[in-house]
Amino acid sequence: MKKLSKNTVYNLSTYGIVIVAYLIVQGIVLAGGLSNQIRGQLVPICVYISLAISLNLVSGVSGELSLGHAGFMSVGAFSGVIVAAALRDSGMGGVPILIISMIVGGVISGIAGLIIGIPVLRLRGDYLAIVTLAFGEIIKNIINNLYVAVDARGLHFSMTSADGFNLSEGGRVVINGPMGATGITKLASFTMGVVLIIFTLFVVLGTINSRHGRAIMAARDNRIAADSVGISVTRCKLLAFTVAAVLAGMAGALYAMNYSTVAAKKFDFNTSILILVFVVLGGMGNIRGSIIAAAILTLLPELLRSVADYRMLVYAIVLILVMLARNSTVLKNYINNVVNGIVSRIKAPFSGRNGGKGGASE
Amino acid sequence: MNGKMVNAPSRGIIPERDADKSLALETIHLGISFGGLKAVDDFNLTLGRTEIGGLIGPNGAGKTTVFNLLTNVYAPTEGTIIVDGKDTRGLKTFQVNRLGIARTFQNIRLFNNMSVMDNVLVGLHHEMDYGFPKALLRLPGFYKSERIAKKRAMEYLSLFNMQDMAEHKAGSLPYGAQRRLEIVRALATNPTILLLDEPAAGMNPSETAELMENIRKIRDTFQICIFLIEHDMSFVMGLCEGIAVMNFGRIIAKGTPEEIKSNPQVIEAYLGREKGK
Repeated sequence: MKKLSKNTVYNLSTYGIVIVAYLIVQGIVLAGGLSNQIRGQLVPICVYISLAISLNLVSGVSGELSLGHAGFMSVGAFSGVIVAAALRDSGMGGVPILIISMIVGGVISGIAGLIIGIPVLRLRGDYLAIVTLAFGEIIKNIINNLYVAVDARGLHFSMTSADGFNLSEGGRVVINGPMGATGITKLASFTMGVVLIIFTLFVVLGTINSRHGRAIMAARDNRIAADSVGISVTRCKLLAFTVAAVLAGMAGALYAMNYSTVAAKKFDFNTSILILVFVVLGGMGNIRGSIIAAAILTLLPELLRSVADYRMLVYAIVLILVMLARNSTVLKNYINNVVNGIVSRIKAPFSGRNGGKGGASE
Repeated sequence: MNGKMVNAPSRGIIPERDADKSLALETIHLGISFGGLKAVDDFNLTLGRTEIGGLIGPNGAGKTTVFNLLTNVYAPTEGTIIVDGKDTRGLKTFQVNRLGIARTFQNIRLFNNMSVMDNVLVGLHHEMDYGFPKALLRLPGFYKSERIAKKRAMEYLSLFNMQDMAEHKAGSLPYGAQRRLEIVRALATNPTILLLDEPAAGMNPSETAELMENIRKIRDTFQICIFLIEHDMSFVMGLCEGIAVMNFGRIIAKGTPEEIKSNPQVIEAYLGREKGK
């Protein structure tokens, strides 16, 4: 048996954490130990975790600040809803329809990512952030003016109103402009959410630990040096950007299927920032950190409902405290000491008195 | 056109063993102006297949600009660069590397947050042939390709006895090791010409001597052309077979180390003119 590399162990343990967490939560749900409120948050938590992981590929691994992640989520959500509506009477089961709409949502969002990425990734730093921000707003406004209906003859699109469709019998409006998508069949489930997380992890970790991922990180660390060893920086960044867009689109489709109505204004600038907050708090490039940050920060507002009036205040304070704690060397050293103390105490009985490896941390 | 094109560019000093082989590099009337300033002007140089060439000159003479022109970081405003028989006009920097020029930098540019091994593997990017879908699905070809590349990377690292550092972060290496890693990474791209920008800067005499040995060893092992900028005269004179001297953007002398040492123009550029002359 070959020794597994440090990376492989880290990746496998990340999958392990997700699966164990899923089993525990599923157990609690079956035992009826969760309130309806929290249970309603399970799919959004999975979606946000998945979004945080994919944004980490752009912001952490590729080092570009993207403020349009909710835009891709939106593209995926509404294309997913249209596909699901079109397939509703096809006689397929709920799960296949959900999977197909997620795939279509991902592909269309990926195409959007590619189209946006080709011109935008020639820009750097702040300019890229501004253009991606604008992209998110443009998508929001397009969908606010989009009317889509489905009937026996197929799909109908309009940018003005839903009145001119002349739907045949049994036809219905899927996306009704500013009202958003209405009458969505709720297909999302917690299990599908976890499957999405695993898939996202699979893609993102697979990308990072390949020659393409190394090229992406090289372009982040030193653009000029990456150029000098034959790496096309633009192509690397475009790859990261497009992959992230596909994953965001899939997450968006799942998100939409969790509600009966979804409006475009849900996927605005604030949502993009929220996802970025998960990534920053979890640590740039730290996939596991993104997962934990997304889970906790999505739950927190729900848990704080008991102090309803001060909810957002407490949320903000928690954010600030976590930021401070993350950047405090004193606190880090303290935590390291405590952890090492515990580790060496656990190790001590096995290794005798001389085997203390504690204190040496990376 | 200012009539300069009529003159055939003068040849560099090409060692005997390269005489019947095609040139590794040829620049013809190469030049660049920034606004009104001619940073490099009428730069003509040829380098043989296995030559070790040197480029010296006072500060601000335009030496690093020449390197940036050769790698198309700057697009030349005049002249032609021919690498391994091919014109590099209009190519991007990364395409020039694919054509056979690899370089190191005066101020070290490593991928600091990546491991030493990964730095070399980035250099081997194009040696690995699996596509992105294959990488995601982790098909057998992926593992095979990665295994071969890692073995190759170790071989490159062993040139400088750096195998033990493979898992360290590049940014945490001591200065000398960072300089060596830059050379290893450049070599991993399998170049025809290796450009070294002040490889001995900041090194002590014993490290410099070791570096000279290593550069010779690299030339002998890989049979490539090495072109370097350096201020340490004993290093340049002891290592290079042909030397070009620049001042104010122009080549003022070309020749063997002996010829350069006794060239009055070179002495003037470095030490100034004698009084009364």
